[in-house]
Order: sequence, then C-alpha cells, then structure tokens
Amino acid sequence: MLQETIPDLSKFVEPDRVRREVYVDPRIFELEMKRIHERVWIYCGHESQVPRPGDYYTVLIGRQPMILVRGADGRVHVLYNRCPHRGNLLCGDRHGNTGEFFRCSYHAWTFHHDGQLRNIPMMESGYAGTRLTRDNPDCHVRRAARVESYRGFVFASLAADGPGLQEFLGEARIAFDDMCDRAPAGEVEIVPNCFRVIQHSNWKIFLENQLDALHPSVTHQSAGRAAHEVEKEIEKRTGRASLSYHMLSAFATVTIEKWDGFETLNYPGGHCILTGYMALRPRDPDTLAYEAALEKAYGKERMEQILSVNLHHVLIYPGLSVQPQLQQLRAIRPLGVDRTLTEIWHFRLKGAPEPIYRRALAYYNLVNSPSTMINADDLENFWKCHQGLASEGGDWVSFHRHYGRDVQKDGCVASAPNCGTSEAPMRNQMKAWLQYMTSEN
Amino acid sequence: MAQRPAKRKARTPARASRAVVRARRAPVAARAANALALQHEVEQFLYRQAEYLDNRHWQQWIELFAEDGVYWMPPDPAHTTWEGMPAIFAEDRNLMTVRMKRLLHPDAWSQKPLWGTNHVVSNVVIERATPDEVHVRSRFHMLELRREDVRHFAGSYRHHLVRTREGLRIRLQRVDMTNAQAAYDYVLQAWV
Repeated sequence: MLQETIPDLSKFVEPDRVRREVYVDPRIFELEMKRIHERVWIYCGHESQVPRPGDYYTVLIGRQPMILVRGADGRVHVLYNRCPHRGNLLCGDRHGNTGEFFRCSYHAWTFHHDGQLRNIPMMESGYAGTRLTRDNPDCHVRRAARVESYRGFVFASLAADGPGLQEFLGEARIAFDDMCDRAPAGEVEIVPNCFRVIQHSNWKIFLENQLDALHPSVTHQSAGRAAHEVEKEIEKRTGRASLSYHMLSAFATVTIEKWDGFETLNYPGGHCILTGYMALRPRDPDTLAYEAALEKAYGKERMEQILSVNLHHVLIYPGLSVQPQLQQLRAIRPLGVDRTLTEIWHFRLKGAPEPIYRRALAYYNLVNSPSTMINADDLENFWKCHQGLASEGGDWVSFHRHYGRDVQKDGCVASAPNCGTSEAPMRNQMKAWLQYMTSEN
Repeated sequence: MAQRPAKRKARTPARASRAVVRARRAPVAARAANALALQHEVEQFLYRQAEYLDNRHWQQWIELFAEDGVYWMPPDPAHTTWEGMPAIFAEDRNLMTVRMKRLLHPDAWSQKPLWGTNHVVSNVVIERATPDEVHVRSRFHMLELRREDVRHFAGSYRHHLVRTREGLRIRLQRVDMTNAQAAYDYVLQAWV
C-alpha cells in the first residue's frame, strides 16, 4: 500500500544528484525504515556494555524498540522490547539489570533472557482449554532474526535472510580491526557513558556530512580559530600545548586546499572511509611508552603496520560512524523524517597506558559531548539544510563536486588524487540507498 | 572573661541575668553577623556569576575562576572526579577561553540566531567556611531561548571558593544537572 503512494524511486536518484523528497517525505522515511534499517545489520552495542547476566540496554533498530541483554548462558541476545501478552514494553528504563528473568510490569508474565517463556500466572486455571499453550510461539518474546558480533561489537538484523555480518561490513571491518589492533591486548572495552544528542534533520544529512571534507574549514572556522589562538598562546608561554588544542584547531588550520589532499574510499553497500588528517602520533614519553607496549605485544614490524593506518572516519552505512584512531563511535537512530538521535560512545584500548586513554577522552569530551563546540555548528547547518530541502525552492541536491574524476581501486571507488573533497561518499551512499529501497527483499 | 562581670553583679538577680544574656549574646550576635555577611557575600558572588552568563560577559565570567579554577559538569551524579572520566564540561581557564573566542567569532553559525539565557540561583547553603575558603551549594534553574525554542536546565551547583587578593574566586564549580542524563535536544553552547 505504501508502495502505491510513492513514485518510482529510481527517478529520485541520479549518479550526480538527488531529489529533495528523499530527505523530507515522511512516506519515503517509513519505507527507508522498512527496507533499510529494519533489514540490514544495525549496531546494538558492545559486549563489554552488558558484562553480567541480566545486564541490558534498550536500543532502537529502525522503528523497533529492542533489548540487548546478557543471558545467564553468557550469550548476548537481542529481543523485541514487547511482552507477547498485551504488548507492554518489558524494559521501561534505558538500561539496567533485569535479574534472572524479565518480568512484565502489567500481568507478571516472566521470560528467560533469550526470550523463552518462563511463567504465566494462572497458566493452569486461566488458560486451560484455550489455544494459548506453552508450545505456542506467541507465548515467547520475539527475537531479532539474526545476531552476530565482530570483535566485540554486536549487530542485529531483523531480516532472516541476507548477507552475514562480515560480508555486510566488507572492507569497512577495518573500523573495528583498526580500533582493536591498537590495543596491546587486541580488544577494547566500553567506557560506560553514552552521550545522546538529537538533531532536527534527516538521518542522511548527518551521514553525508561525516565524509564531507570541504565542510570543516567553513562550518568549524570559529571553533578551530579560537582553539588555534589559545594553542599558540600556550605554546608561547609554556613551550607545548596539549593535543586537545590540536584536535580542535585542526578544523581550521587544515585549509580547503589541504583537505583536497586527503582521500575518501567508497565501498559497496554505502560504506565509506575518510583518511586521517590529524597528527596523532607525537614523540612524547606517553606515546613512546604506548608504542613499547604495542611492540611487546605484536613485535616491531606489526606495531609499525598497526600505527601506520590513519583513518579519520569509517562510515558503516546506514547507521554507524566510527573513529577508530580515537576509539569513538556514533550510532545513528532515526526518530522521524526530521529527527535523528546520535548515541556517542568511547572505548578504552585494553593494555594501553592511561595517558593514551585520556588523550582520546579529551576528543570525546570536547568534540563529541553535549557541550561540543564543533557539532554546535554542524547541527545548525543540518537544521537549515533540512528546512531548505522541505521548501519548493528547488528540486535537486547537487553532488557534482569532483564528479567524473573518481577512480576504481581495489574494489572501491576512491576520490582522485588531490580531489579529497569529492562528493564521492554522498554519491556512494545514495547508490546503496537506491539499491536497498528498490529491492523488495 | 564573660563570666566575671556576671559573677560580680549576681547580687541583683534580675539585672544580673540581663547582663549575662547581653554578655553571652555578644559573641553569638557577632558570629551571626559574620555568618550573615558571609552568606550575603557568597550569594552576591553567585548572582554576579549568573548575571555575567545571561549578559554574555564571558571574560568577566572566566575571571571569577582562580588561575587553577575548573568548571565541571559530570554526566552522572555518582562521578567524584573529572580526571579520566567522561564529562560534559571539564574546562580550565584555557579551554574556557577557547569557548569564549568561539562564541564571539563572527562565523559561529549557531550563535547567529536569537539566543539568550536566564538563570535563577537559590537555596544557597554554606557547607564549610574558613578564613581562606568557602564551600557552598546552591540550586539553579536556567531557561534558554534559541530561535523559537525554549529549553530548561536545572540542578545544583557546588562552588569551592577561595579568598584571593581580588576577592572570592572559584577553584572548582561542579554542576549537576537534573536533566544531565536526558537526551540533549541540540547541544550546550555556553556554560550553564
């Protein structure tokens, strides 16, 4: 029925431009939730987020309220947050520990951590002779069709069929490999804090901005300049400013021309990578101690190999933006056609010295917290962008920057040399979008 | 010292007792007067800080902090330090200066629209006072207008004040917002 009311979507996306309705039409949003978010692999959380049996977090997959829970069997399960009786949410809190089982607050039906029915009050006296028997699948909490994890990062898909998680991630796996390899112990653990910020704009505007290498020097000029002035002043006074100032000032000191020197790599399925631009490997004692720990764990050659990877963002379409070098990620939860929640997490490199954790933590607090001086201006632009697209002042969004110059390279489309600001990532995301949106299964 | 005149005048009980009361009251009254003066001084300090924010006198606001002063807003009331912890704000005067310069930059796009705040500070309780420092807790309520949208932030302040040649200065301001854990509809551009 939905399909009948939406025009032919293939006419909405061209290789170098996209119709405005793609961002603002609520009917298209509903179809996106069904055909993209409620079908592909969506990030639910990290295994270390739910260490003890009964630990849970609620999470949205598309429009579906879900529960990520650690079972008594040690496995992580993803369930619909819905009691099979009257439809009550089983967990009303964002996170907590449910104890040995889930107990519905309405009529006390209880369920094991894997969703299996444990008990229904009055099962004998109340339900004898009805078709609600214990072997009826309607007695159990529905589970996500598929749950898989990669290096501790748990994903779920609400579709029974489709590529496995590793196949879905493809080359974008490097987001987790790069992050975990940087830990001398080979894995990360979550820092138990989630910053949550709501944007008044379509979810795709955020994702497209993540790899828009032209925007920082325009959008973030104010914060970058301010940090640069203070950084210079501190250097003059004390000889050296902490890396925190560089993290902020790089938004302005890397000029538009320099941004063209970086590269974007664009993979099937809409995943994209922006190579790193910050100098995050200084020669101070903290870094040297960290490198020694890495070398001890992996040997010199492998250590050099690990540290030579320099990625700023890895975008895992359609819902995750990872900064492996800073051990941070932002999960995107669309709330409506013009409302998007970002959940922002930080991870600790297991086995790395404390100062290395604190260095990345500074970025988490300064750039990714609710007091961010950086995203303040992004969100302002996203809102304006959405408002303008909702108008009839134009029909198309232009993705022409460096169009026609992209190069094929090892199974991906790369921005051409000195074309780092190419809109290739936007074109790549919309290509994947159209594929998902026009295929029924 | 207060005992001696009382003893001497004990012959006339009524007058003596008045004298005793007066004698005993004097230091109490002095202490009360001191406490009131300190309460007043601290309250005026907190009000001044709130006014600097609402009037966007950022530099004056920063100068209320001691040289080593820190403004800290934990995301969780259980946090006992900002060091090594996620924090909504954990800013020394250098980082405060970055924030101020950003707010004043002509290309701070999110500062272009109509924006203003109104702080009310109340329930001021002095927890500890020595000649050199004062620990004070209070409650605040802040209304923010941005473009057409109103937001409310409320919670408690804990000021650790130190006495300097310039007067009271903040060594640590801890801000626990009641809505710290709620999702932020847009971000916080300035200090609360």
